[in-house]
Amino acid sequence: MKLLLLLVRTLAAWSITLLIVFPLIWLALTAFKTELQAISVPPTLFFAPTMENFTEVNLRSDYPLYAKNSVITSVLSTLLGLAIAAPAAYSMTFFRTRRTRDILLWMLSTKMMPAVGALLPVYVMAQAAGMLDSIAALTLVFTLSNLPIMVWMLYSGFKEIPPDILEAARMDGASIWGEFRHVIRPLAMGPLASTGLLCLVLSWNEAFWSLNLSSAKAGTLAVLIASYASPEGLFWAKLSAASLMAIAPIVVVGWFSQKQLVQGLTFGAVK
Amino acid sequence: MSYLRLRNVEKHFGDVKVIKGVDLTIEKGEFVVFVGPSGCGKSTLLRMIAGLTDINVGSIELDGRDITRLPSSKRDLAMVFQSYALYPHMSVFDNMSFALRLANVNKAEIQEKVTRAAEILNLTQYLQRTPKDLSGGQRQRVAIGRAIVRAPKVFLFDEPLSNLDAALRGQTRIEIATLHRDLGATTIYVTHDQVEAMTLADRVVVLRDGLIEQVGSPLELYDRPANRFVAQFIGTPQMNVVDIAQLPALSGVLGAGQATDGFIGVRPEFVQVKAAGDGQMDARVELVESLGADTLIYARVGSKDRGAQIVARQNTRATVRPGDSVALQFAPETFHLFDRNGKSLARAAH
Repeated sequence: MKLLLLLVRTLAAWSITLLIVFPLIWLALTAFKTELQAISVPPTLFFAPTMENFTEVNLRSDYPLYAKNSVITSVLSTLLGLAIAAPAAYSMTFFRTRRTRDILLWMLSTKMMPAVGALLPVYVMAQAAGMLDSIAALTLVFTLSNLPIMVWMLYSGFKEIPPDILEAARMDGASIWGEFRHVIRPLAMGPLASTGLLCLVLSWNEAFWSLNLSSAKAGTLAVLIASYASPEGLFWAKLSAASLMAIAPIVVVGWFSQKQLVQGLTFGAVK
Repeated sequence: MSYLRLRNVEKHFGDVKVIKGVDLTIEKGEFVVFVGPSGCGKSTLLRMIAGLTDINVGSIELDGRDITRLPSSKRDLAMVFQSYALYPHMSVFDNMSFALRLANVNKAEIQEKVTRAAEILNLTQYLQRTPKDLSGGQRQRVAIGRAIVRAPKVFLFDEPLSNLDAALRGQTRIEIATLHRDLGATTIYVTHDQVEAMTLADRVVVLRDGLIEQVGSPLELYDRPANRFVAQFIGTPQMNVVDIAQLPALSGVLGAGQATDGFIGVRPEFVQVKAAGDGQMDARVELVESLGADTLIYARVGSKDRGAQIVARQNTRATVRPGDSVALQFAPETFHLFDRNGKSLARAAH
């Protein structure tokens, strides 16, 4: 009976995993096919892999530029986000008032609005400031988009620190920055790291604002991928190659930090 | 010249006044204990002195300097928390040297100060351990060590023994007393345990509902309580306080026409239990508690609806049992008189 249950569970787990991972596997396969193979019906499963798509993508568009922009905007927005979210979370955790909970919920509520609702005002503001197609604008927008989640995650993380310890640090002569440096950072390293990682991933994958606020100069990898969905038609193989090149870095980062990411997203959920 | 002075200190949480106007002076080298029931504001008062809670009204002066608006980190005070509040990610050595490192003291001096404190507190072999590898008592000593190392102007203790078991509590209490004797440091100690108050303090401050009820040496509070609350708070078992209306015979012991309204208090050790008919008042034994060295006899005088239960304490073993009829003998010069509001009246002259 136990064996049967184990079998069923294993089968179910594998099926779900396959379901989730399948698009990525198909993407990877398609990237190494020719255009003809990519659109063949029935789909080709066995083929001789070719690198022509990657070469074409590199020739046709400036992958390094887009990759650089992705890296810069993701990293900057993460650092800026942490710099703002950490003090905010500190204040809300250790200097709670009656309004703290309302503020936190309000922050979260801003994430419920579809981004497109803010597109027009943001676009007009960026244009008026002459910041269209600039790294600064993208970084700012990414930071602000991710801030609610970052504040929430850090708030949950900081709550695990006993406030007594901070008071002891204060009595020992630590300034607020001293408290953060000597007590909070070491004790909340996990939440800080996973919040940072999550912001990195979210910023990297961000497509909506990238497509609307940037193009040739500050375009991120999302813009690169979208450029292959051209009026000429969908070049599946090249699209897949471009997509693979766009997601590869973040998948690698995610793979190596998966423990931190999972911890960050689930702590506080199970006490 | 007072070392620490609180002037009309008040603390409000919204509309609620938690500390209602406290005036207090503490001399250098004194061991002062704040004692009182839960919720009386003793911890709040301590935290206000420490700077961890702000003061709404009033001022605090330390060694001639106004520290009312100064942040905790600049007040030169050290606090030992009830939960010890050790830094979990640092070793015992790092915990104790943290304040010195923040103050940029040189390494050699840090080493010397920490080693000396560790020796005093028997922590030398634990210096490289982290708090999670220590027992409660050891953690307590690290917390104290962390304070000693700084040689602050005043030591603040917030119910430091509450989390220890009874045996360890007694032992650590003696260690704290010895430490104070050796270091001579000004100390403010908060506790709800009046035994700690009586044994450790040079002076005791009894607090209730945000106000000081009485300040004095432990024996002063014991022998001359200012009101009924202090009388019944200090001393175990509690002082017998009887409403004269319930037991006029007690007033009769004082002499005719002496006290007619209010309360009479008498400590259990001044109540003698004698054979029936051989004393001033008849009573029936309800309960006998043998503590070994002491025996407590709970006796009822009068009837269930008009009378009182009186506790007597003697240092001989009990020869009576529940249900026995006995007589109680009082010495009127040991009586305390309280008016209707609980305030102490001058003792009946005898």
